[in-house]
Amino acid sequence: MKIVVLVKQVPDSGAERNLRADDNTVDRASANNVINEMDEYAIEEALRLQEAHGGEVTVLTMGPDRATESIRKALSMGPDAAVHVLDDALAGTDALGTSKVLAAAISELAPDLVISGAESTDARGQVMPHMLAERLGFAALTGARKLTVEGSQLTVERQTEEGYEVVTAATPAIVSVWDTINEPRYPSFKGIMAAKKKPVATKSLADLQVPADQVGWAGAATTVLSHSKRPARSAGQKVADSGEGGVALVEFLSSEKFV
Amino acid sequence: MAEVLVVVESSGGTVKKVTLEMLTLARSLGEPAAVVLGAPGTAAPLVDKLGEYGAVKVYAAESTEIDEHLVAPKATALAQLVKAVSPAAVLIGSTQEGKEIAGRLAVKLDNGVLTDVVELAADGTATQVAFAGSTIVKSKVTKGLPLVTVRPNSLTPSPAAATPSVEQVEVALADTDKLAVVTKRVAEAKGARPELTEASIVVSGGRGVGSAENFRVVEELADLLGAAVGASRAATDSGFYPHAFQVGQTGKTVSPQLYVALGISGAIQHRAGMQTSKTIVAVNKDTEAPIFELADFGVVGDLFQVVPQAAEEIRKRR
Repeated sequence: MKIVVLVKQVPDSGAERNLRADDNTVDRASANNVINEMDEYAIEEALRLQEAHGGEVTVLTMGPDRATESIRKALSMGPDAAVHVLDDALAGTDALGTSKVLAAAISELAPDLVISGAESTDARGQVMPHMLAERLGFAALTGARKLTVEGSQLTVERQTEEGYEVVTAATPAIVSVWDTINEPRYPSFKGIMAAKKKPVATKSLADLQVPADQVGWAGAATTVLSHSKRPARSAGQKVADSGEGGVALVEFLSSEKFV
Repeated sequence: MAEVLVVVESSGGTVKKVTLEMLTLARSLGEPAAVVLGAPGTAAPLVDKLGEYGAVKVYAAESTEIDEHLVAPKATALAQLVKAVSPAAVLIGSTQEGKEIAGRLAVKLDNGVLTDVVELAADGTATQVAFAGSTIVKSKVTKGLPLVTVRPNSLTPSPAAATPSVEQVEVALADTDKLAVVTKRVAEAKGARPELTEASIVVSGGRGVGSAENFRVVEELADLLGAAVGASRAATDSGFYPHAFQVGQTGKTVSPQLYVALGISGAIQHRAGMQTSKTIVAVNKDTEAPIFELADFGVVGDLFQVVPQAAEEIRKRR
Protein backbone atom coordinates (compact mmCIF):
# COMPACT_ATOMS: atom_id res chain seq x y z
CA MET A 1 0.00 0.00 0.00
CA LYS A 2 1.31 3.39 -0.99
CA ILE A 3 0.57 5.95 1.71
CA VAL A 4 1.06 9.70 1.72
CA VAL A 5 0.95 11.48 5.09
CA LEU A 6 0.21 15.20 5.16
CA VAL A 7 2.40 17.07 7.61
CA LYS A 8 1.99 20.74 8.41
CA GLN A 9 4.43 22.86 10.34
CA VAL A 10 2.61 25.06 12.82
CA PRO A 11 3.53 27.42 15.65
CA ASP A 12 3.66 25.46 18.91
CA SER A 13 0.22 25.69 20.52
CA GLY A 14 1.88 25.45 23.92
CA ALA A 15 3.58 28.82 23.50
CA GLU A 16 2.45 32.32 22.58
CA ARG A 17 1.33 32.58 18.95
CA ASN A 18 0.98 35.75 16.94
CA LEU A 19 -0.01 37.08 13.59
CA ARG A 20 2.37 39.46 11.87
CA ALA A 21 1.57 43.15 11.97
CA ASP A 22 2.49 43.75 8.32
CA ASP A 23 0.60 41.05 6.40
CA ASN A 24 -1.58 39.30 9.01
CA THR A 25 0.08 35.93 8.38
CA VAL A 26 1.29 33.56 11.09
CA ASP A 27 4.42 34.95 12.67
CA ARG A 28 6.74 32.01 12.13
CA ALA A 29 9.91 33.91 13.01
CA SER A 30 8.92 34.45 16.64
CA ALA A 31 7.24 31.07 17.06
CA ASN A 32 8.53 27.70 18.05
CA ASN A 33 7.67 25.83 14.84
CA VAL A 34 6.68 22.21 15.30
CA ILE A 35 4.85 19.41 13.53
CA ASN A 36 1.11 19.85 13.92
CA GLU A 37 0.40 17.52 16.82
CA MET A 38 -2.47 15.69 15.14
CA ASP A 39 -0.18 14.86 12.20
CA GLU A 40 2.03 12.75 14.48
CA TYR A 41 -0.96 10.44 14.92
CA ALA A 42 -1.37 10.34 11.15
CA ILE A 43 2.29 9.35 10.73
CA GLU A 44 1.94 6.67 13.41
CA GLU A 45 -1.16 5.24 11.73
CA ALA A 46 0.63 5.14 8.37
CA LEU A 47 3.62 3.34 9.90
CA ARG A 48 1.38 0.77 11.57
CA LEU A 49 -0.35 0.07 8.27
CA GLN A 50 3.01 -0.27 6.57
CA GLU A 51 4.15 -2.71 9.25
CA ALA A 52 1.01 -4.79 8.75
CA HIS A 53 0.57 -4.57 5.00
CA GLY A 54 3.90 -3.44 3.54
CA GLY A 55 4.28 -0.63 1.03
CA GLU A 56 5.84 2.80 1.41
CA VAL A 57 5.10 5.93 3.39
CA THR A 58 5.82 9.38 1.97
CA VAL A 59 5.51 12.62 3.94
CA LEU A 60 4.04 15.57 2.03
CA THR A 61 4.53 19.11 3.32
CA MET A 62 3.84 22.50 1.81
CA GLY A 63 5.68 25.28 3.56
CA PRO A 64 8.63 27.63 3.64
CA ASP A 65 12.29 26.65 3.96
CA ARG A 66 12.17 26.13 7.66
CA ALA A 67 9.51 23.42 7.27
CA THR A 68 12.50 21.18 6.48
CA GLU A 69 13.02 20.77 10.23
CA SER A 70 9.54 19.31 10.60
CA ILE A 71 10.01 17.08 7.57
CA ARG A 72 13.22 15.61 9.08
CA LYS A 73 11.44 15.19 12.40
CA ALA A 74 8.58 13.36 10.67
CA LEU A 75 11.03 11.14 8.79
CA SER A 76 12.79 10.26 12.04
CA MET A 77 9.62 8.47 13.14
CA GLY A 78 10.01 6.07 10.22
CA PRO A 79 8.52 7.17 6.85
CA ASP A 80 10.61 6.35 3.77
CA ALA A 81 10.72 9.66 1.92
CA ALA A 82 9.26 13.14 1.74
CA VAL A 83 8.06 15.71 -0.75
CA HIS A 84 8.44 19.36 0.16
CA VAL A 85 6.40 21.79 -1.90
CA LEU A 86 8.45 24.95 -1.69
CA ASP A 87 7.92 28.10 -3.72
CA ASP A 88 8.15 31.78 -2.83
CA ALA A 89 4.90 32.35 -4.70
CA LEU A 90 3.08 30.27 -2.06
CA ALA A 91 3.26 33.03 0.58
CA GLY A 92 -0.27 34.15 1.43
CA THR A 93 -1.99 31.03 0.13
CA ASP A 94 -5.35 30.29 1.77
CA ALA A 95 -7.06 26.94 2.34
CA LEU A 96 -8.60 26.80 -1.13
CA GLY A 97 -5.23 27.44 -2.78
CA THR A 98 -3.43 25.02 -0.47
CA SER A 99 -5.84 22.27 -1.48
CA LYS A 100 -5.05 22.97 -5.12
CA VAL A 101 -1.32 22.60 -4.53
CA LEU A 102 -1.56 19.53 -2.30
CA ALA A 103 -3.98 17.85 -4.71
CA ALA A 104 -1.48 18.34 -7.54
CA ALA A 105 1.33 16.89 -5.42
CA ILE A 106 -0.80 13.93 -4.33
CA SER A 107 -1.83 13.21 -7.93
CA GLU A 108 1.82 12.96 -8.88
CA LEU A 109 2.50 10.50 -6.04
CA ALA A 110 -0.60 8.44 -6.93
CA PRO A 111 -1.08 6.88 -3.47
CA ASP A 112 -3.71 4.35 -2.38
CA LEU A 113 -4.21 6.20 0.84
CA VAL A 114 -3.64 9.72 2.16
CA ILE A 115 -3.65 10.19 5.93
CA SER A 116 -3.79 13.55 7.68
CA GLY A 117 -4.51 14.93 11.10
CA ALA A 118 -8.18 15.84 11.61
CA GLU A 119 -7.23 19.48 12.04
CA SER A 120 -4.22 21.71 12.50
CA THR A 121 -3.71 23.40 15.82
CA ASP A 122 -3.24 26.81 14.17
CA ALA A 123 -6.17 27.24 11.79
CA ARG A 124 -8.38 24.41 13.11
CA GLY A 125 -10.39 24.59 9.91
CA GLN A 126 -10.93 20.84 9.31
CA VAL A 127 -11.61 21.65 5.66
CA MET A 128 -8.51 20.25 3.97
CA PRO A 129 -9.25 16.48 3.76
CA HIS A 130 -12.61 17.06 2.11
CA MET A 131 -11.24 19.78 -0.17
CA LEU A 132 -8.63 17.29 -1.35
CA ALA A 133 -11.16 14.48 -1.73
CA GLU A 134 -13.32 16.79 -3.79
CA ARG A 135 -10.44 17.71 -6.09
CA LEU A 136 -9.02 14.20 -6.40
CA GLY A 137 -12.24 12.21 -6.56
CA PHE A 138 -11.02 10.18 -3.55
CA ALA A 139 -13.29 8.86 -0.83
CA ALA A 140 -12.95 10.84 2.40
CA LEU A 141 -13.17 9.06 5.73
CA THR A 142 -12.59 11.83 8.22
CA GLY A 143 -12.41 12.29 11.96
CA ALA A 144 -11.31 8.69 12.54
CA ARG A 145 -10.60 7.23 15.95
CA LYS A 146 -10.05 3.77 14.44
CA LEU A 147 -8.97 2.58 11.00
CA THR A 148 -8.94 -0.97 9.66
CA VAL A 149 -7.75 -2.05 6.23
CA GLU A 150 -8.71 -5.26 4.46
CA GLY A 151 -7.29 -5.40 0.97
CA SER A 152 -8.47 -2.23 -0.71
CA GLN A 153 -11.39 -1.78 1.70
CA LEU A 154 -11.11 0.78 4.49
CA THR A 155 -13.31 1.04 7.55
CA VAL A 156 -13.16 3.84 10.09
CA GLU A 157 -14.92 4.75 13.27
CA ARG A 158 -15.62 8.44 12.85
CA GLN A 159 -16.08 10.48 16.01
CA THR A 160 -19.29 12.50 15.95
CA GLU A 161 -21.10 14.83 18.32
CA GLU A 162 -23.39 11.99 19.34
CA GLY A 163 -20.89 9.15 19.43
CA TYR A 164 -19.43 7.55 16.35
CA GLU A 165 -20.26 6.37 12.84
CA VAL A 166 -18.80 3.39 11.03
CA VAL A 167 -17.87 4.48 7.52
CA THR A 168 -16.36 2.38 4.73
CA ALA A 169 -14.84 3.07 1.34
CA ALA A 170 -12.43 1.59 -1.14
CA THR A 171 -9.04 3.07 -1.96
CA PRO A 172 -7.96 5.55 -3.16
CA ALA A 173 -9.07 7.45 -0.11
CA ILE A 174 -8.12 10.15 2.35
CA VAL A 175 -8.46 9.43 6.06
CA SER A 176 -8.11 12.08 8.75
CA VAL A 177 -7.41 11.03 12.31
CA TRP A 178 -7.96 12.36 15.81
CA ASP A 179 -5.53 11.83 18.67
CA THR A 180 -7.73 9.03 19.98
CA ILE A 181 -6.54 6.66 17.25
CA ASN A 182 -3.12 5.61 18.55
CA GLU A 183 -0.11 6.63 20.59
CA PRO A 184 2.62 8.06 18.34
CA ARG A 185 6.10 6.59 18.76
CA TYR A 186 9.08 8.67 19.76
CA PRO A 187 11.84 8.81 17.15
CA SER A 188 14.71 6.49 18.08
CA PHE A 189 18.33 7.62 17.85
CA LYS A 190 18.68 5.30 14.88
CA GLY A 191 15.59 6.85 13.34
CA ILE A 192 16.98 10.34 13.77
CA MET A 193 20.27 9.36 12.12
CA ALA A 194 18.49 7.55 9.29
CA ALA A 195 16.19 10.51 8.64
CA LYS A 196 19.16 12.62 7.60
CA LYS A 197 19.77 10.36 4.64
CA LYS A 198 16.21 9.84 3.50
CA PRO A 199 15.24 11.41 0.17
CA VAL A 200 13.37 14.72 0.33
CA ALA A 201 12.19 15.86 -3.09
CA THR A 202 11.56 19.57 -3.46
CA LYS A 203 8.76 20.55 -5.81
CA SER A 204 8.03 24.02 -7.14
CA LEU A 205 4.69 25.24 -8.46
CA ALA A 206 6.09 24.84 -11.97
CA ASP A 207 7.00 21.21 -11.21
CA LEU A 208 3.41 20.59 -10.14
CA GLN A 209 2.01 22.61 -13.03
CA VAL A 210 0.01 24.86 -10.73
CA PRO A 211 -0.15 28.42 -12.12
CA ALA A 212 1.40 30.85 -9.62
CA ASP A 213 -1.49 33.30 -9.98
CA GLN A 214 -3.90 30.70 -8.59
CA VAL A 215 -2.12 30.59 -5.23
CA GLY A 216 -0.37 33.00 -2.88
CA TRP A 217 -1.68 36.50 -2.32
CA ALA A 218 -2.79 36.78 -5.95
CA GLY A 219 -4.94 33.67 -5.89
CA ALA A 220 -6.34 33.91 -2.36
CA ALA A 221 -10.13 33.70 -2.11
CA THR A 222 -10.14 35.14 1.39
CA THR A 223 -8.27 37.99 3.03
CA VAL A 224 -7.47 38.95 6.60
CA LEU A 225 -8.33 42.62 7.05
CA SER A 226 -6.93 43.11 10.53
CA HIS A 227 -6.24 41.37 13.78
CA SER A 228 -5.93 42.27 17.42
CA LYS A 229 -5.12 40.59 20.69
CA ARG A 230 -8.08 39.69 22.78
CA PRO A 231 -7.74 41.31 26.19
CA ALA A 232 -6.37 38.68 28.55
CA ARG A 233 -8.79 37.45 31.16
CA SER A 234 -8.01 38.77 34.56
CA ALA A 235 -8.23 36.63 37.65
CA GLY A 236 -11.28 37.30 39.77
CA GLN A 237 -11.89 36.40 43.35
CA LYS A 238 -10.13 33.43 44.89
CA VAL A 239 -11.15 32.02 48.25
CA ALA A 240 -9.57 29.23 50.27
CA ASP A 241 -12.03 26.61 51.43
CA SER A 242 -12.26 26.54 55.16
CA GLY A 243 -15.43 24.51 55.31
CA GLU A 244 -17.74 26.90 53.48
CA GLY A 245 -16.18 26.85 49.99
CA GLY A 246 -19.17 25.12 48.39
CA VAL A 247 -21.59 27.65 49.85
CA ALA A 248 -19.36 30.52 48.70
CA LEU A 249 -19.32 29.04 45.21
CA VAL A 250 -23.12 28.87 45.06
CA GLU A 251 -23.28 32.39 46.48
CA PHE A 252 -21.21 33.58 43.51
CA LEU A 253 -23.27 31.55 41.00
CA SER A 254 -26.42 32.99 42.51
CA SER A 255 -25.11 36.56 42.25
CA GLU A 256 -24.49 35.87 38.55
CA LYS A 257 -28.00 34.41 38.20
CA PHE A 258 -26.85 30.89 37.35
CA VAL A 259 -28.60 29.42 40.37
CA MET B 1 -33.97 40.87 -0.50
CA ALA B 2 -31.58 38.08 -1.30
CA GLU B 3 -31.85 34.78 0.52
CA VAL B 4 -29.29 33.74 3.11
CA LEU B 5 -28.92 29.97 3.16
CA VAL B 6 -28.68 28.42 6.60
CA VAL B 7 -27.71 24.76 6.67
CA VAL B 8 -29.84 23.11 9.33
CA GLU B 9 -28.32 20.84 11.95
CA SER B 10 -30.75 18.60 13.73
CA SER B 11 -30.79 15.54 15.90
CA GLY B 12 -33.72 13.19 16.38
CA GLY B 13 -36.25 15.61 14.87
CA THR B 14 -35.05 18.57 16.91
CA VAL B 15 -33.34 21.65 15.48
CA LYS B 16 -29.96 22.25 17.11
CA LYS B 17 -29.33 25.54 18.84
CA VAL B 18 -26.55 26.59 16.44
CA THR B 19 -29.15 26.61 13.65
CA LEU B 20 -31.36 29.01 15.57
CA GLU B 21 -28.32 31.20 16.14
CA MET B 22 -27.56 31.16 12.43
CA LEU B 23 -31.17 32.03 11.53
CA THR B 24 -30.93 34.97 13.92
CA LEU B 25 -27.69 36.05 12.25
CA ALA B 26 -29.15 35.49 8.77
CA ARG B 27 -31.97 37.93 9.47
CA SER B 28 -29.45 40.76 9.70
CA LEU B 29 -28.03 39.84 6.28
CA GLY B 30 -31.10 39.08 4.18
CA GLU B 31 -34.00 36.68 4.04
CA PRO B 32 -33.26 33.47 5.98
CA ALA B 33 -33.83 30.28 4.02
CA ALA B 34 -33.18 27.05 5.90
CA VAL B 35 -31.68 24.10 4.06
CA VAL B 36 -32.43 20.62 5.40
CA LEU B 37 -30.15 17.89 4.07
CA GLY B 38 -30.98 14.36 5.10
CA ALA B 39 -33.08 11.23 4.80
CA PRO B 40 -36.69 11.49 3.59
CA GLY B 41 -38.85 12.91 6.36
CA THR B 42 -36.07 14.90 8.04
CA ALA B 43 -37.52 18.34 7.30
CA ALA B 44 -41.17 17.94 8.32
CA PRO B 45 -40.71 17.95 12.13
CA LEU B 46 -38.26 20.88 11.90
CA VAL B 47 -40.31 23.37 9.88
CA ASP B 48 -42.26 24.94 12.75
CA LYS B 49 -39.15 25.63 14.80
CA LEU B 50 -37.30 27.04 11.77
CA GLY B 51 -40.25 29.35 11.09
CA GLU B 52 -40.29 30.48 14.69
CA TYR B 53 -36.77 31.84 14.20
CA GLY B 54 -37.49 33.58 10.94
CA ALA B 55 -36.98 31.06 8.15
CA VAL B 56 -39.02 32.37 5.24
CA LYS B 57 -38.34 29.29 3.21
CA VAL B 58 -37.27 25.73 3.94
CA TYR B 59 -35.44 23.87 1.22
CA ALA B 60 -35.69 20.15 1.80
CA ALA B 61 -33.12 18.04 -0.03
CA GLU B 62 -34.08 14.60 1.19
CA SER B 63 -32.97 11.21 -0.01
CA THR B 64 -31.58 8.02 1.46
CA GLU B 65 -28.37 8.66 -0.47
CA ILE B 66 -27.83 12.00 1.21
CA ASP B 67 -28.08 10.23 4.53
CA GLU B 68 -26.03 7.14 3.68
CA HIS B 69 -22.91 8.78 2.33
CA LEU B 70 -20.62 10.98 4.30
CA VAL B 71 -20.81 14.76 3.69
CA ALA B 72 -20.17 14.73 -0.09
CA PRO B 73 -23.83 14.49 -1.20
CA LYS B 74 -24.74 17.32 1.15
CA ALA B 75 -22.15 19.57 -0.48
CA THR B 76 -23.45 18.64 -3.91
CA ALA B 77 -27.02 19.46 -2.90
CA LEU B 78 -25.91 22.75 -1.44
CA ALA B 79 -23.83 23.69 -4.47
CA GLN B 80 -26.83 23.05 -6.68
CA LEU B 81 -28.99 25.25 -4.50
CA VAL B 82 -26.42 28.06 -4.39
CA LYS B 83 -26.28 28.10 -8.17
CA ALA B 84 -30.07 28.16 -8.40
CA VAL B 85 -30.85 30.91 -5.88
CA SER B 86 -27.65 33.04 -5.79
CA PRO B 87 -27.86 33.68 -2.05
CA ALA B 88 -26.32 36.66 -0.25
CA ALA B 89 -24.41 34.28 2.02
CA VAL B 90 -24.21 30.65 3.13
CA LEU B 91 -24.07 29.92 6.85
CA ILE B 92 -23.08 26.49 8.12
CA GLY B 93 -22.49 25.35 11.70
CA SER B 94 -18.83 25.28 12.68
CA THR B 95 -19.01 21.62 13.63
CA GLN B 96 -16.91 18.81 12.19
CA GLU B 97 -19.50 17.98 9.55
CA GLY B 98 -20.35 21.62 8.91
CA LYS B 99 -16.73 22.53 8.23
CA GLU B 100 -16.35 19.53 5.97
CA ILE B 101 -19.40 20.48 3.92
CA ALA B 102 -18.06 24.03 3.71
CA GLY B 103 -14.68 22.80 2.47
CA ARG B 104 -16.24 20.74 -0.28
CA LEU B 105 -18.58 23.54 -1.26
CA ALA B 106 -15.68 25.98 -1.48
CA VAL B 107 -13.94 23.74 -4.01
CA LYS B 108 -17.12 23.08 -5.99
CA LEU B 109 -17.87 26.80 -6.29
CA ASP B 110 -14.24 27.97 -6.34
CA ASN B 111 -15.28 30.19 -3.47
CA GLY B 112 -13.38 31.36 -0.39
CA VAL B 113 -14.37 29.89 2.96
CA LEU B 114 -13.99 31.14 6.54
CA THR B 115 -14.40 28.85 9.54
CA ASP B 116 -15.11 29.49 13.24
CA VAL B 117 -16.80 32.79 12.56
CA VAL B 118 -18.38 34.48 15.58
CA GLU B 119 -19.81 37.57 13.84
CA LEU B 120 -20.69 38.40 10.26
CA ALA B 121 -21.43 41.99 9.24
CA ALA B 122 -23.73 42.97 6.38
CA ASP B 123 -20.70 43.93 4.25
CA GLY B 124 -19.35 40.40 4.61
CA THR B 125 -16.68 41.17 7.20
CA ALA B 126 -16.33 38.15 9.44
CA THR B 127 -14.90 38.05 12.93
CA GLN B 128 -12.97 34.95 13.90
CA VAL B 129 -11.35 34.03 17.15
CA ALA B 130 -7.97 32.43 16.58
CA PHE B 131 -5.13 30.88 18.55
CA ALA B 132 -7.21 29.51 21.38
CA GLY B 133 -9.19 32.67 21.85
CA SER B 134 -6.16 34.94 22.19
CA THR B 135 -6.48 36.70 18.85
CA ILE B 136 -9.40 38.34 17.09
CA VAL B 137 -9.25 38.34 13.31
CA LYS B 138 -11.36 40.33 10.86
CA SER B 139 -11.51 38.70 7.49
CA LYS B 140 -13.50 38.53 4.32
CA VAL B 141 -14.22 36.18 1.45
CA THR B 142 -12.89 37.97 -1.62
CA LYS B 143 -13.82 35.41 -4.22
CA GLY B 144 -17.47 34.41 -4.40
CA LEU B 145 -20.14 34.83 -1.76
CA PRO B 146 -19.60 34.89 2.02
CA LEU B 147 -19.34 31.17 2.81
CA VAL B 148 -18.77 30.86 6.53
CA THR B 149 -19.08 28.36 9.33
CA VAL B 150 -20.53 29.88 12.47
CA ARG B 151 -19.26 28.82 15.86
CA PRO B 152 -21.97 27.55 18.23
CA ASN B 153 -22.81 29.88 21.12
CA SER B 154 -21.53 32.96 19.27
CA LEU B 155 -24.80 34.84 19.59
CA THR B 156 -28.09 34.57 21.42
CA PRO B 157 -30.88 33.20 19.24
CA SER B 158 -34.04 35.32 19.21
CA PRO B 159 -37.37 34.27 17.71
CA ALA B 160 -39.06 36.24 14.90
CA ALA B 161 -42.03 34.30 13.62
CA ALA B 162 -42.38 33.55 9.92
CA THR B 163 -44.41 30.97 8.06
CA PRO B 164 -41.98 29.18 5.83
CA SER B 165 -42.89 27.70 2.50
CA VAL B 166 -41.36 24.27 2.06
CA GLU B 167 -39.69 23.51 -1.22
CA GLN B 168 -38.48 20.01 -2.09
CA VAL B 169 -35.13 20.00 -3.88
CA GLU B 170 -34.24 17.18 -6.24
CA VAL B 171 -30.54 16.49 -6.12
CA ALA B 172 -28.49 14.92 -8.88
CA LEU B 173 -25.60 13.13 -7.20
CA ALA B 174 -22.39 12.11 -8.89
CA ASP B 175 -20.76 8.70 -8.38
CA THR B 176 -17.93 10.38 -6.48
CA ASP B 177 -20.49 11.60 -3.92
CA LYS B 178 -21.22 8.02 -2.95
CA LEU B 179 -17.72 6.70 -2.25
CA ALA B 180 -17.94 6.75 1.54
CA VAL B 181 -20.72 4.60 2.98
CA VAL B 182 -22.04 5.06 6.51
CA THR B 183 -22.89 1.56 7.73
CA LYS B 184 -23.70 2.31 11.35
CA ARG B 185 -24.39 5.24 13.66
CA VAL B 186 -23.81 4.74 17.35
CA ALA B 187 -24.95 7.21 19.97
CA GLU B 188 -22.82 7.17 23.08
CA ALA B 189 -24.70 7.89 26.25
CA LYS B 190 -24.79 11.48 27.33
CA GLY B 191 -28.19 10.93 28.92
CA ALA B 192 -30.54 13.86 28.91
CA ARG B 193 -27.71 16.37 29.16
CA PRO B 194 -27.31 19.14 26.60
CA GLU B 195 -24.70 18.82 23.91
CA LEU B 196 -21.27 20.00 24.96
CA THR B 197 -20.67 22.63 22.26
CA GLU B 198 -24.19 24.03 22.55
CA ALA B 199 -24.69 24.06 26.30
CA SER B 200 -25.12 27.34 28.18
CA ILE B 201 -23.35 25.80 31.14
CA VAL B 202 -20.51 23.27 31.08
CA VAL B 203 -19.16 21.49 34.14
CA SER B 204 -15.82 19.80 33.48
CA GLY B 205 -13.60 17.52 35.48
CA GLY B 206 -9.87 17.00 35.23
CA ARG B 207 -7.07 14.90 36.62
CA GLY B 208 -8.06 15.96 40.12
CA VAL B 209 -11.31 14.00 39.84
CA GLY B 210 -9.11 10.93 40.17
CA SER B 211 -11.24 8.16 38.69
CA ALA B 212 -14.14 7.29 36.43
CA GLU B 213 -16.36 6.56 39.44
CA ASN B 214 -15.59 9.94 40.96
CA PHE B 215 -16.90 11.68 37.83
CA ARG B 216 -20.40 11.26 39.29
CA VAL B 217 -19.51 14.27 41.49
CA VAL B 218 -19.02 16.29 38.30
CA GLU B 219 -22.18 14.87 36.76
CA GLU B 220 -24.24 15.60 39.84
CA LEU B 221 -23.35 19.28 39.79
CA ALA B 222 -23.87 19.40 36.02
CA ASP B 223 -27.36 17.94 36.35
CA LEU B 224 -28.30 20.39 39.07
CA LEU B 225 -27.24 23.27 36.79
CA GLY B 226 -28.75 21.76 33.63
CA ALA B 227 -25.23 21.64 32.24
CA ALA B 228 -23.23 19.51 29.84
CA VAL B 229 -20.32 17.52 31.23
CA GLY B 230 -16.83 18.02 29.86
CA ALA B 231 -13.42 16.64 30.70
CA SER B 232 -9.82 17.72 30.32
CA ARG B 233 -7.41 15.75 28.20
CA ALA B 234 -5.71 14.47 31.34
CA ALA B 235 -9.05 13.02 32.44
CA THR B 236 -9.95 11.46 29.09
CA ASP B 237 -6.43 10.08 28.56
CA SER B 238 -6.62 8.48 32.00
CA GLY B 239 -9.92 6.85 31.01
CA PHE B 240 -11.99 8.77 33.58
CA TYR B 241 -14.44 9.98 30.94
CA PRO B 242 -15.06 9.27 27.22
CA HIS B 243 -12.92 11.14 24.69
CA ALA B 244 -16.02 12.56 23.01
CA PHE B 245 -16.34 14.93 25.96
CA GLN B 246 -12.83 16.32 25.88
CA VAL B 247 -12.59 20.11 25.99
CA GLY B 248 -9.38 21.63 24.75
CA GLN B 249 -6.98 22.22 21.91
CA THR B 250 -7.37 18.66 20.64
CA GLY B 251 -11.00 18.30 21.71
CA LYS B 252 -14.08 20.45 21.61
CA THR B 253 -14.07 24.21 21.83
CA VAL B 254 -16.83 25.49 24.05
CA SER B 255 -17.98 29.00 24.73
CA PRO B 256 -20.78 28.75 27.30
CA GLN B 257 -22.21 31.41 29.61
CA LEU B 258 -20.72 29.53 32.55
CA TYR B 259 -17.79 27.12 32.66
CA VAL B 260 -17.10 25.22 35.86
CA ALA B 261 -13.64 23.63 36.06
CA LEU B 262 -13.26 20.97 38.73
CA GLY B 263 -9.83 19.54 39.47
CA ILE B 264 -8.46 21.03 36.25
CA SER B 265 -5.08 22.72 36.47
CA GLY B 266 -5.68 24.82 33.37
CA ALA B 267 -2.85 23.79 31.07
CA ILE B 268 -2.79 25.69 27.78
CA GLN B 269 -4.15 22.58 26.07
CA HIS B 270 -7.33 22.92 28.12
CA ARG B 271 -7.57 26.71 28.10
CA ALA B 272 -7.57 26.63 24.31
CA GLY B 273 -10.96 24.96 24.40
CA MET B 274 -12.75 27.06 26.99
CA GLN B 275 -11.21 30.46 27.59
CA THR B 276 -13.81 32.37 25.62
CA SER B 277 -16.45 31.23 28.12
CA LYS B 278 -18.34 34.19 29.56
CA THR B 279 -17.93 33.32 33.23
CA ILE B 280 -15.44 30.82 34.57
CA VAL B 281 -15.35 29.30 38.04
CA ALA B 282 -12.81 26.80 39.29
CA VAL B 283 -12.24 24.47 42.19
CA ASN B 284 -8.72 23.16 42.63
CA LYS B 285 -6.65 22.19 45.62
CA ASP B 286 -3.51 23.79 44.19
CA THR B 287 -3.60 27.51 44.81
CA GLU B 288 -0.97 27.99 42.06
CA ALA B 289 -3.06 26.23 39.37
CA PRO B 290 -3.12 28.40 36.22
CA ILE B 291 -6.89 27.93 35.93
CA PHE B 292 -7.23 30.54 38.69
CA GLU B 293 -5.67 33.14 36.39
CA LEU B 294 -8.81 32.90 34.24
CA ALA B 295 -11.42 32.22 36.85
CA ASP B 296 -13.91 34.89 37.83
CA PHE B 297 -14.38 32.94 41.01
CA GLY B 298 -12.08 30.27 42.37
CA VAL B 299 -12.18 28.03 45.40
CA VAL B 300 -8.90 26.60 46.61
CA GLY B 301 -9.89 23.36 48.23
CA ASP B 302 -10.73 19.69 47.92
CA LEU B 303 -13.34 19.31 45.20
CA PHE B 304 -14.82 16.32 47.03
CA GLN B 305 -15.65 18.64 49.92
CA VAL B 306 -16.53 21.74 47.96
CA VAL B 307 -18.65 20.29 45.15
CA PRO B 308 -21.02 18.11 47.22
CA GLN B 309 -21.50 21.06 49.56
CA ALA B 310 -22.29 23.30 46.59
CA ALA B 311 -24.75 20.71 45.27
CA GLU B 312 -26.43 20.56 48.66
CA GLU B 313 -26.63 24.35 48.79
CA ILE B 314 -28.23 24.52 45.34
CA ARG B 315 -30.85 21.99 46.40
CA LYS B 316 -31.55 23.98 49.56
CA ARG B 317 -32.17 27.14 47.59
CA ARG B 318 -34.78 25.58 45.36
